[in-house]
Amino acid sequence: MDSMTLIAIVSIITAGVTIGLGSIAPALGEGRAVSAALSSLAQQPDAATTITRTLFVGLAMIESIAIYCLVISMILIFANPFWHHVIAQATGK
Amino acid sequence: MRRLTPDELVFWQYRFVELNSTIVTTWVLMLVMTVGAWLITRKLVTEAHIPRWQGFLEIVVTTIEEQIKEVGLHNPVKYLGFLGTLFLFIAVSNLCTIIPGYEAPTGSLSTTSALAISVFVAVPFFGIEKQGLGGYLKSYLKPTWIMLPFNIISELSRTFALAIRLFGNIMSGTMIVGILLSITPLIFPIFMDLLGLLTGMVQAYIFSILATVYIAAATRTREA
Repeated sequence: MDSMTLIAIVSIITAGVTIGLGSIAPALGEGRAVSAALSSLAQQPDAATTITRTLFVGLAMIESIAIYCLVISMILIFANPFWHHVIAQATGK
Repeated sequence: MRRLTPDELVFWQYRFVELNSTIVTTWVLMLVMTVGAWLITRKLVTEAHIPRWQGFLEIVVTTIEEQIKEVGLHNPVKYLGFLGTLFLFIAVSNLCTIIPGYEAPTGSLSTTSALAISVFVAVPFFGIEKQGLGGYLKSYLKPTWIMLPFNIISELSRTFALAIRLFGNIMSGTMIVGILLSITPLIFPIFMDLLGLLTGMVQAYIFSILATVYIAAATRTREA
């Protein structure tokens, strides 16, 4: 197996594993956050605006962890620096 | 091959000077927003019956002002220029994705880094202006001096997080639509586009509300 195939295999598998494993924790965290927000909304409907705003900001912060993983896997698939390096070497430029 | 960011679409290049799609779109947006705002606010009236566009802008400005006040900045007019600009630029550049052929400049890491760095600079600026240099620097030593390195790290990492969050959300939205167009091109990409518009608005809101929260934390005078 030459290095090109190896890089392709490792990049593709790593991209899948990154987004797969990386979405588990944020998903659990978002579920907890939403359930807590829903029960506090049921208890205190008057504070709806504050709760919703805090919920949105919190969700975006949690979500960004999953987004980091997505960015990494997108880079691995579409803009892989190691792949480009090997390609550039193989074509002699 | 798909483009990951609009940076890679280069119109004109001379040595290291590059005129890419991000720069062009950003300037066009800035031009449209500035000229639009100038046209609308040229003739302001205070009668009972105001023009439609003036009413629209008044709603936008007062809503942003209220949101800033709710976070805890008591003098919103002072911060309105910076935070309102952030929100309006991100919101407009995300909403314009309904125009065919348009690529959101916020889907490029250079734009989002620039916005995040401007927040990174603005936080100490407003903090020093409010508390003085000593008072602001002392806030790094809270609650104890042991927290000093962690406070500095958090300052840097949240700037990084601001940039990556906006970039990742917008870029992934564009990318997902692009991938879906090659798999299920009929109706489904439209729904993902709608979702993308929603995410764009939410991200604009979150970027500016986080900037507001950071500034509010830096300008808070000591209660105790």
